[in-house]
Amino acid sequence: MTNVTMTVNGKSVSAPAEGRTLLVEYLRTGLGLTGTHVGCDTSQCGACVVHVDGRAVKSCTVFAMDVEGSDVRTIEGMANADGSLGVVQQAFQDHHGLQCGFCTPGMVMTTAALLAENPRPSEAEVRHGLEGNICRCTGYHNIVKAVLAASGQDADAIAAQ
Amino acid sequence: MHNFEFVKPSSIADAVAAMSTEGAQPLSGGQTLLPTMKQRLAAPEVLVSLTGIAELQGVCMGEGGLHIGAATPHAVVAREALAHYPALASLAGGIGDPAVRNRGTIGGSVANNDPAACYPAAVLASGATVVTDRRRIAAEDYFQGMFTTALEEGEFITQVIFPIPQAAAYVKFNQPASRFALTAVFVAKFADGVRVAVTGASNNGVFRWEEAEAALSADFAAGAIAGLTVPSDDMISDLHGSAAYRANLVKVLTGRAVTAAR
Amino acid sequence: MPKDTGIGASTKRREDVRFLTGRGVYTDDLTMFGQAHAVMVRSTVAHGRIVSIDTAAVEAMPGVLAVFTGEDFKDVGGNPAGWLINSRDGTPMREPKRPVLAHGKVRHVGDAYAAVIAESYAQAKDAAQVLSDATVIEELPAIIDMKAAAADASNRVHDEIPDNICFDWGWIEDNRAAVDEAMKSAPHVVTLELTNNRLVPNAMEPRASIGEYFPGTGDYKLTTTSQNPHLTRLLVCAFVMGIPENKLQVVAPDVGGGFGSKIYHYGEEALVLAAAKRLGRPVRWTAERTESFLSDAHGRDHVTKIELGCTKQGDILAIRTETYANVGAYLSNFSTATPTFLHGTLMAGPYKVPHVYVNVKTVFTNTAPVDAYRGAGRPEATYSIERVVDKMCRELNLDPFEVRRRNLLTPDQFPYTTPVGLVYDTGNYQATLDKAVELADVAGFEARRAESARRGKLRGMGLSTWIEACGIAPSHLVGVLGARVGLYDAATVRVNATGTISVMTGAHSHGQGHETVFPQIVAEKLGIDASSVEIVHGDTAKIPFGMGSYGSRSLAVAGSAMDRAIDKIIAKGKKIAAHMLEAAEGDITFADGKFSVAGTDKAKTFGEIAFSAYVPHNYPLETLEPGLEETAFYDPANFTYPAGAYICEVEVDEGTGKVDVVSFTCADDFGNVMNPMIVEGQVHGGVGQGIGQAVLESTSYDENGQLLTGSYMDYAMPRADDVPFYTVDHSCATPCTHNPLGVKGCGEAGAIGSPPAVVNAVIDALHRGGHTHVSHIDMPVSPNRVWQAMNA
Repeated sequence: MTNVTMTVNGKSVSAPAEGRTLLVEYLRTGLGLTGTHVGCDTSQCGACVVHVDGRAVKSCTVFAMDVEGSDVRTIEGMANADGSLGVVQQAFQDHHGLQCGFCTPGMVMTTAALLAENPRPSEAEVRHGLEGNICRCTGYHNIVKAVLAASGQDADAIAAQ
Repeated sequence: MHNFEFVKPSSIADAVAAMSTEGAQPLSGGQTLLPTMKQRLAAPEVLVSLTGIAELQGVCMGEGGLHIGAATPHAVVAREALAHYPALASLAGGIGDPAVRNRGTIGGSVANNDPAACYPAAVLASGATVVTDRRRIAAEDYFQGMFTTALEEGEFITQVIFPIPQAAAYVKFNQPASRFALTAVFVAKFADGVRVAVTGASNNGVFRWEEAEAALSADFAAGAIAGLTVPSDDMISDLHGSAAYRANLVKVLTGRAVTAAR
Repeated sequence: MPKDTGIGASTKRREDVRFLTGRGVYTDDLTMFGQAHAVMVRSTVAHGRIVSIDTAAVEAMPGVLAVFTGEDFKDVGGNPAGWLINSRDGTPMREPKRPVLAHGKVRHVGDAYAAVIAESYAQAKDAAQVLSDATVIEELPAIIDMKAAAADASNRVHDEIPDNICFDWGWIEDNRAAVDEAMKSAPHVVTLELTNNRLVPNAMEPRASIGEYFPGTGDYKLTTTSQNPHLTRLLVCAFVMGIPENKLQVVAPDVGGGFGSKIYHYGEEALVLAAAKRLGRPVRWTAERTESFLSDAHGRDHVTKIELGCTKQGDILAIRTETYANVGAYLSNFSTATPTFLHGTLMAGPYKVPHVYVNVKTVFTNTAPVDAYRGAGRPEATYSIERVVDKMCRELNLDPFEVRRRNLLTPDQFPYTTPVGLVYDTGNYQATLDKAVELADVAGFEARRAESARRGKLRGMGLSTWIEACGIAPSHLVGVLGARVGLYDAATVRVNATGTISVMTGAHSHGQGHETVFPQIVAEKLGIDASSVEIVHGDTAKIPFGMGSYGSRSLAVAGSAMDRAIDKIIAKGKKIAAHMLEAAEGDITFADGKFSVAGTDKAKTFGEIAFSAYVPHNYPLETLEPGLEETAFYDPANFTYPAGAYICEVEVDEGTGKVDVVSFTCADDFGNVMNPMIVEGQVHGGVGQGIGQAVLESTSYDENGQLLTGSYMDYAMPRADDVPFYTVDHSCATPCTHNPLGVKGCGEAGAIGSPPAVVNAVIDALHRGGHTHVSHIDMPVSPNRVWQAMNA
């Protein structure tokens, strides 16, 4: 084990890791940031998505040592400074975009990255943008609405078309 | 996953040195290698990360066409190749999902040569050149059957150079679970003829459909291949598609790629 | 204006805040001081005799603390089936022991026969691999195909069960001759053979369990991914481990989806408890997704021949089915109920069909156990009926909408006794069908079809009218049907001295939003603010004995128990008010949060009553107890019977066979709706799973019993771009007649009604495109299958 240092949610952190330690293990076990989840072992489900240097990545498919020194953001760092829900988080609550909550952190992180690149996506772009995040509860209806709403569009009107 | 020693060189020269260690294996984006290691199907003793080497990053026009650094993620290719080679950019933008595209790299994909991967079709259809730490390899010589390439022990890709065709398109039909290509076709029209490369379909990995190339070189229209049949003998047959189904897809998707070519 | 609080309001979910900020606490998120890690060693062959397990090979490995094998559990009990089903000849089902760890034989790929406990997960994982390599298993021929298994007495999943048949069930056996006669004399008979595809539930949170043992008291604690902690406790204590029930606390914290797969007790739960006791340390286990695929109870997996006798005008006269249902290698807890009483009793559908007979043969195979998965038996019934009705329409050239209208029960027929043993209390099936036709713009279909055709796509429309029995409950009924447990539920309403309320419920929320909806009901009934009500669930040390959440039962059963407990609170409040206001108890009325003396302006607020209950300075001790806390157990008189009409439109790509679901409309009757936002979300989720079953999801074992679809690389989960926006409506409500809230279950509806609508739409598209030879395609209607059907 050696200590690996990076910036997580704006704070410089350090925790022990082996070569094989995945970023998600580093976050969950090393730092106690259990909001990032593991839902599969084939890099498909997206429950573990975090941002590394501003880009969404699957933290179950990245070695912690490979992102040493990077700027990492997790679900725990997505609320506003006053603790209130951020725009994406609030849209998910407003539109009932989550049920069991397990895929939710990954959905929020993917959505935030999607909207940073494409601030006003079409329904098709949202659905395509979420293809790496699996939800078993919602049938995606309200997740897609939440993403559209978070981009400032009239989600109800788009869904009704 | 077995443990290993992790090395992250910052230059090609350092990477060459690291790769000379016994049991060393290169790691690029890791989007295939990590799941493989989790299943203990790969167990390198030393893992040499290539993602910290600036020389292996980037997309630019140069001699022989579009030069793409081996460690360039798909998302970057999708963005930066768009102005030069839209069909290639579109291919890169359709690999995996957004998070996978932010990590997975062209070099990793081409080195792995998964029979259902997207990039091998572009490399072969474009007549691209695979550049390694020690030589240049023409696409025809590079792909040698599924998961098999001309790369030697310890050799790693540094760059892929794509000649730019007059028109091209990549049409992919997703395997519904993995979203790899169940079958996909890359059609590229050059001044001296048309090249058609097929991925996802054959037990021998990516291949050129030469009958279609001849027909399309004479008449670059979807109708030109109407009379051709694709033999299903060497096609993959699995729970997602029979050999006959894949043979059908080869023809259908080739026609659609010709129509879509820009 | 829609309400924003109380019953019927789309109140936003309070639980969302913790889930959206990464503060949910799922089992694997917990870290216990001194914890050790368990990794299961699982069979890589489908069927084999265990010759030797060389535990010495790993005991000295770094960090290894203990190794368990089947030998360690051979003297404790097995994990039982919850329902005893008798065969047609009256003999009881064959019920092999399901041990904590396989002993003697392994019976499916993924069957755990050993477990390694180590200091770290990585060490346990390394040692498990070594132990797997150090185990000798003599491989036996795998028994995979159900019909072949039933036909071959020489090859046995369980040595003591000669034909691999668990039971051969007839429903209702006494009616068989009459049904045969009706079928024989029917002017037209439609026959359809179909498969209801095996599914892997795939809750996004993999199963996980943490065992703890406290030597000072001899108490155990199990933290686990469960939909019903009390049921798990009962099974672990009374059947498997022999621990007194009052010495085991079972906690199910935040649980990341269940869909049935987390109803059941699994061996890993017993293992971590035994290991915790032996080591004197907490022991944890978390499944990898691959393990979930191999060892979670799967769903569906029926092969059915259904015959429908009818007039030439499409009046249904008789339905007869023969089904082979796969139970896998062992009987999971609900596995014998799912293909029988959750399936056979629904085979009349929403129709006035006089004669129905159902035969189900359940078969052991060398595959993972099969049990209830969202809908559980009712999707299988609905799919069979709605597909054969659709086939009847094609064979007789009848309009599928008109045929449904001819056959649907009419509102004046309720209560209606079906020929398969249920009494539907209420419904209006015409209303939901009319509503679906309106919302789906059936009249505009031809224009949409023409537009699709211009883009080179075949468009089709499919209909299903469905009914189910849920609110899985009445103990008197399930007892008659073979259940070994009762199916009531319970709630304790504790009014605290300052007027806040804690509701301890036997239901378990793993996505359904109980923490938000239950307070809406409490607040409305007591005239108080919902924010002062807190829901407590998922901990046997805190809640009354309840049966958890599955079978669309939380609101109808546990919600009703809560409603009854609130009534008791109000009754007690009236006693207290009578004392405080010096009035007769009979003169006290309760409304809008106030206890008043009728006809006067004398009143006490709910808060004043609560405070008085805990500061009883001058109570008449013989007639008025202090405190304001009441418990109610509720056992309903009947199931609830939600019903609806679903219309699906698909586009089919003729070149590739790919099916795109382009629109989906649901008109449902759930009775009274407490929170429309949540009800609609439940329907969306069910429809998403139904589309998944119909179009994408296939669970495939090869002839050696290897699971070919053992990861998301090959098991096609629905993704956001596989589905459209859905149109859902629940305005055609006929309140349930026998529960106090007038509610019907909504959790499974979408998964029950949707698969036949999708497949009917695909067949419709192919027929409209000239492929009139295609009468059926088995699910999933994958591109390959659709293309092959078109080109057959």
